Amino acid sequence: MHWMRKLHDLLSRFSHRCVGGEAAEESKKMNVKRVLTGRYFMMGNVACAEGAIAAGCEFTAGYPITPATEIANRLAERLPQVGGAFFQMEDEISAIAAVVGASWAGKKSMTVTSGPGISLMSENIGFAISVETPCVIVNVQRGAPSTGMPTIGIQGDMVQAKHCSHGDYEIIALCPSSPQEMFGLTVIAFNYAERYRTPVFILSDAFVGHMREEVIIPEPEKIETIYRKIPEPGTDPQGIKGFLSEDVAPMPIFGRGFKAHVTSSCHDEVGKRNLIDISVLDNYIRKLSNKILKHKDEITLVERDYEGAEVVLVSYGGVARAAAMAASRAREEGLPVGTLRLITAWPFPEEEIEKMARKAKHVIVLENNLGQMYPYIKAEAAHFAEVSFLSPRLVGEIQDPEDILAKIREVAK
Amino acid sequence: MSEIVHPLHRFIRPSVTQTTFCPGCGDGIVVQAILRAIDGLGMDLDDFVFVSGIGCAAWIPSPFFNADVLHTTHGRPIAFAFGIKMGLPEKKVMVVSGDGDLVAIGGNHLIQNARRNIEMVVLCINNGIYGMTGGQAAPTTPMGIKTTTTPYGTVENTFNISKLVMAAGASFVACWTAAHPKQLTNSIKKAIQKKGFAFIEVFSQCPIQFGRKTGVGSAVEMLENYKNRSISSKEAAKLSDEELKDRIVVGELVDVEKPEMLEEVKKMMDKARGGVE
Repeated sequence: MHWMRKLHDLLSRFSHRCVGGEAAEESKKMNVKRVLTGRYFMMGNVACAEGAIAAGCEFTAGYPITPATEIANRLAERLPQVGGAFFQMEDEISAIAAVVGASWAGKKSMTVTSGPGISLMSENIGFAISVETPCVIVNVQRGAPSTGMPTIGIQGDMVQAKHCSHGDYEIIALCPSSPQEMFGLTVIAFNYAERYRTPVFILSDAFVGHMREEVIIPEPEKIETIYRKIPEPGTDPQGIKGFLSEDVAPMPIFGRGFKAHVTSSCHDEVGKRNLIDISVLDNYIRKLSNKILKHKDEITLVERDYEGAEVVLVSYGGVARAAAMAASRAREEGLPVGTLRLITAWPFPEEEIEKMARKAKHVIVLENNLGQMYPYIKAEAAHFAEVSFLSPRLVGEIQDPEDILAKIREVAK
Repeated sequence: MSEIVHPLHRFIRPSVTQTTFCPGCGDGIVVQAILRAIDGLGMDLDDFVFVSGIGCAAWIPSPFFNADVLHTTHGRPIAFAFGIKMGLPEKKVMVVSGDGDLVAIGGNHLIQNARRNIEMVVLCINNGIYGMTGGQAAPTTPMGIKTTTTPYGTVENTFNISKLVMAAGASFVACWTAAHPKQLTNSIKKAIQKKGFAFIEVFSQCPIQFGRKTGVGSAVEMLENYKNRSISSKEAAKLSDEELKDRIVVGELVDVEKPEMLEEVKKMMDKARGGVE
């Protein structure tokens, strides 16, 4: 299975450089119970919970919300068996706050929710970015805006993930297309969070979250997990530069005598608050963003299948399944059609879009919304190819491959 | 000749050279009370993680205390502290913030964690006003007082914070004013040792945004005012609600044993593990 091989490659890419910390050691000791190696017919949301546990997650907090509850339910049952816990908080604001607190206490942490929960979490997501806190935020997207339609999957929160909190910042967001990826990408999300000291989004939706499909959970030795860098024990606390390095500063986690001063107010490399010097503000803004952008190549994951194609379907998440089917049917008809699937939505993979568009004549963007990633894709691709957008007939259902085929025939004329 | 150093100076972050509090502010008294309590118990700041929100009182631990400090978003310090305590159960977690932070925007986290009875110390510095933003009315500002957002006088009833936290289920609640530094220090010592949610309300004068603008007066006059209005919980028990209207009921109001959340989590995890093996 190509994806499993890719998953393995991706995970082992980090393993030798960054493995460390007690949590990683502990998780290895407990691997027998942590990783449920085997072949399953499993719901996407359940696979996500298992991915988190396999990645070494110990602390989770959330608030009940459809269509993400199955993740919380599974975590609540499974985590205490391996020394962790799920806590049901009073709201999503406190859920993300507790996750950030636990991460500073040294625990790999995660929260699970849907769009309305992200709206409530937004301020503290900015906090997590500001003080460079590793954590995973799962958004199982549902019909929106506002309370919308909870059991229907749409891709309505794609830009929210990037821009929900105030100010300039970069975020990492990964889009699973299957229950297998709900497992695999959750593991990768933890590794990215720990490696780059940042919140990482899983942008799933009700369709992928509730989808039941084959999920293969590998042996624990084949799932490499990484843990954040922390300062050397015994380092003079006054000399620790624990913030704002483009190469990711070691995290002066609590309880180790690092005497960390952690504030989301404008601060310098040692964490000292500075509310008067705009050169410190400029440094604070730029370093946080550059830390992610500098490592964009490592973070970007895409699935390319457009060799020799004149028409390329660009999509992500559950919609990519319809795109793949439409492309294969079109090829049977002799039409030169390919696909590009964005697994990493943020940081936006401009280079991948350009590379694809340079070889294509027509780019069709497929999303289950009114076109959220479309403007970003168009901005990169329109210089080289005709770019158009195709939403489902009804937002809330994934595009019918027949409709995609009709669109392909139209542009390929 | 050796330099004379304040006995609590070792608790102050070396990079801090000046205070950010206004002249006459009560927060300095609270700083001393916290550090004297820790010193008196023979503890070290490495035994603690401090968490604060937004507002003047939140700047008590951040950046002054030479310890692990998380300076959080407005109203949420207790929610962040929840995660820290779950991750580091062996450390003492102390939240220090103001009435606007903990009771207005963050009120839900306050009552929910009092209900959970999770072991942590929460100090609520009640100055009855939003000081940092320039003197706006808080849920603790007495009815009828003119503030920058209530130029014709406040039209709302106030919270009795200690009563609120008692009703929510905290296992330790004390209330003092900045005019009671010794009693406050003793209660902080007890709160640190308490297995449960330990809450202390401290009435603290804000002569700049409250005293000056409302006409209550200088720091000295405000401290006099606190002294005159204070009544012990024992004496207060003999009076009606009407008679207690403008009084501050001081003392240790609750000190009970009840199930503490971390202990219950430990039991739950044992149960879950037993189920697997």
